[in-house]
Formats: sequence, C-alpha cells, structure tokens
Amino acid sequence: MKEEIIIAGFGGQGVLSMGKILAYSGLMQGKEVTWMPAYGPEQRGGTANVTVILSDEKISSPILNSYDTAIILNQQSLDKFEKSVKPGGTLIYDPYGITTEPTRTDINIHKINAMDACIEMNAAKSFNMILLGGFLKIRPIVELENVLKGLKKTLPERHHHLIPMNEAALKKGMEIIK
Amino acid sequence: MSEEVKLMKGNEAIAHAAIRCGCDGYFGYPITPQSEVMETLMEVEPWKTTGMVVLQAESEVSSINMVYGGAATGKKVMTSSSSPGVSLMQEGISYLAGAELPALIVNVMRGGPGLGTIQPSQSDYFQTTKGGGHGDYRLIALAPASVQEMADFVGLAFDLAFKYRNPAIILADGVIGQMMEKVVLPDFKPRRTDEEVEKQCPWAATGRKMSRKNNIITSLELKPEVMEQNNLRFQAKYKQIEENEVRYEEILCDDAEYLLVAFGCSARICQKACEIARAEGIKLGLLRPITLWPFPTKAIAGYANKVKAMLSVELNAGQMVEDVRLAVNGKVPVEHYGRLGGIVFTPDEIVNAVKTKLM
Repeated sequence: MKEEIIIAGFGGQGVLSMGKILAYSGLMQGKEVTWMPAYGPEQRGGTANVTVILSDEKISSPILNSYDTAIILNQQSLDKFEKSVKPGGTLIYDPYGITTEPTRTDINIHKINAMDACIEMNAAKSFNMILLGGFLKIRPIVELENVLKGLKKTLPERHHHLIPMNEAALKKGMEIIK
Repeated sequence: MSEEVKLMKGNEAIAHAAIRCGCDGYFGYPITPQSEVMETLMEVEPWKTTGMVVLQAESEVSSINMVYGGAATGKKVMTSSSSPGVSLMQEGISYLAGAELPALIVNVMRGGPGLGTIQPSQSDYFQTTKGGGHGDYRLIALAPASVQEMADFVGLAFDLAFKYRNPAIILADGVIGQMMEKVVLPDFKPRRTDEEVEKQCPWAATGRKMSRKNNIITSLELKPEVMEQNNLRFQAKYKQIEENEVRYEEILCDDAEYLLVAFGCSARICQKACEIARAEGIKLGLLRPITLWPFPTKAIAGYANKVKAMLSVELNAGQMVEDVRLAVNGKVPVEHYGRLGGIVFTPDEIVNAVKTKLM
C-alpha cells in the first residue's frame, strides 16, 4: 500500500495540521511516513500545501510529480493541482469559494460541504477534521482509532478536551461526503 | 538504542540528537528554514537536565565566535544556521580550522545568493567544500538525506571533529530540515566530565593549575617558516581524512548504464527518478555522496568504467558536477541538471534530463 496525498488551501484553514494528523495516524498504524510542507510565507495567509505519503515500504522522494489523492480547499489550489491527480486517482474538494468546478473525467471527484457542516456543528476549528473524515471514508488507509491516537500526539495536552469534538467532526465528514 | 519511533522534522532531530550525544553548548541565531533547531532546544530546556548551554547570540558572527571559545576549552559545541547566516560565519570557521578546533556547524541551505529565498537549495556546495573562508583548510562535510540521518550525523560529526581536531559541517537543505519522517533517536550519552575533557583534549585551554605548560589556542603565527609547517601538518591530516572517512551510498548501481550523482534531498528525488526510469526500461542508478568532503572520488571513478554517462543532479547551477568530472577525468560524459533559487525539481524532470542530456 502506498498513498501519495496533496492537501492544499489557504494558510489558516488547517492544511498543515490536517497533514500532520494524517501523518501521525500513519505512524500509529505502522506505516512509513513523510510530511513535506510548502514552508514559505504561505503559513501566514497565502496558499499553503503539504505533501503526505503513507506507505508500507521505505519512501524515496518526498517531492512528487503527481498524487493519488488531492484534498483541495480553494480555487487557486484546484487550478494548480487538479491536473496533478493520477488518472484513476481521487480529488476531494469543498465547494465553498470554488467558482470553477473540476472538469476531469478520468479521476474520482468527491464534493464535501465541510465549511457548512462545521458552522452547523458550531465547531469552526474542526473544519479540517471534517475533510479528513471525508477522505478516510473514500480512502480508508488508516483506522479511525489510529487517527484519534494521532490527534492525541499532535494536539498539546491543554487541547485534549477538544478531541471528542474532533472525533465528531471526523465522523460527520464520513457521513456527508458525496 | 532507544527503539521508540518518533515523527519529527529534520531540524527537531538535530536538536534532540545534540542533547543526546552529550553536547555542551549550542550558540545560534534564528533564520528560516532552520529556526526549529533552537526552538526545540529552548522548548526542551536541556540546561535543566544535562547542563547543556543553549544561547541565542546577537548575530551569526557572535554564534561562531562563541563556538570558537567553547571549542577552545575542549567542549562539544555547535551552531546552526542557513545560507546567509553561514556566510557571516566564514571568518570564524576559518579561524576554527586554523586553530584546529573541533566543532559542529549545521547549514540548512536556502536559495541564494544574498538574502535570496527561504526555499530549499544546495548552492552552498562550493562554500562548504572549497573553502568559504580564507586559507588552505577543509571542513569534514556530511550531507544527510533523511530525518534519521539528521539525527545520526550529529554524533558522527562530533566524533570526526574530535578525532581529527577539525570543524565538521552538516550540510542539509530546506527539504530535509522541514520535512517530518520517522526517526529513532540515538541513545542518550552523558556530557563528558571535566576530567574526561582534559584527558580527551590535552591541547585544550582548561586551566593549567600550575601542572603543565600553557595551552595556547590561536590561528596566528607570525613566523612564515612555522606557519608553513602548521599548514603541512593540516594537509597531512586532510590526507588522512580523505583516506579514512569517505562515505557514500549506492542505489540500483549494480547493472546501471546511466548514473545519477546527487546528495541530500536531491538524492531522495533521484531515487524516485530511478524507479520511474527503470519502469520504462532505462537502467538508471544513483550514487549518493554522504561525505561531500572527503568526496567519493574513487567510487565515482570506478563507475566511469561501467556506465555510459553520468548526471550530477543538484539544486544549484552546477557545483558538485565539477568534482564528478574531476573524478571521471573525461572517460564518460558528465552532465549537470539543476533548479535554482529555491525551486525543487520533480522526479519526472530528472528522468527527462537523463533522456535529453545523456541518451
């Protein structure tokens, strides 16, 4: 098993932390893992992206030509990465802020209204966990139990009381992805 | 070995490994993409456990001179920075080499010249392996290609630095510094006691307590006859290092018809390029220099009799390619492929470069 993933959106949407939680989940599941952020000024409001690779075997390059899955959170990232999804691969996007829908027919495209769902749940900070839940429903590469362990490792202890909310968000994402 | 597998950035691994290998002092000044080294040290607060000093200096010039002071007393001391900061340190590095002081410098390279960009680059190869500072000196240069090697090379660099009384450098890049991977941290080694330092470093300025002649640490020697002898001693030492400390890795080289030569993050990307090329029937291999100085000249020269052509793949305008060409000595074509200023090539780009430049 090997899954090469790009997560891209605005800085502040939780792109890097979603990748981090996914990477830790992979670690908990005994996978080889790399997490490679675009670490530039993106972190402060521009477009941010992170490449996460989970594999049963040793990982060669952390830099990729194309991806099995792209998780896309804004129009700029859709424009940039839709073409980089491998044929037969998966594109997951939140339509919020998307003006031009993806057009490729040789990949599996899934829509998830994570922005609406997190507002409905009154859990704006769990936006990225709704997306991660959606991703894991489509590509069940790590078990929920290991994602929760990953969350625990990633969140500082003072935020551990937020884990149940994040768990609910993960499950919500699994329900609402189309 | 403490077998616990952790997930961390290359920069964090440097910091944890420093504490665990018994480092006495870290002196640094923040700069992207390596600020997590000092951030991690400040968070872990090793001065409370091992007694290791962690100090943010007022500039890189101060950091390297604090390193000089610490090293002069036989302590295990280090600094880290990124390209523009390492440029500021060059005078101090030359002085360390001239005074034959063991120390560790970490450079997590970013795009240059000047302040340049903060994205990954490998354009400090010349600076690291061909001088940087003034005078006939060499740095023992290790190029990690994974987070695990970031952790492992800290202890190794210190060992080599003390073995040869010479500064060592870890030449990493923004990719290796910023990415997270699995890592098993080295076993914990306590800091040396004062007695152990005196025994290991009889040359050090440790306070003579009326028991021996003064140990004078200086790179200054006004008599050229003596300075020439000092230089000859350095050169003999460098020759010994070249004979004993070359390290490299061969990947898919056995049946290779074409050879990539790459270090650091480029070597990782080249590995994927080899996988892609082999799926297309191109027998592509990779030789990864682990020590950039001493350079694996003999190993590369050996492949000059086996492969049709070589491609030196670097995130610069063509630096290591000169050493590859010197090793090959005209036997087969040696080309270069690079991206500049913080842009990182993809595996496909490298495969295309092999097809257009070598075939």
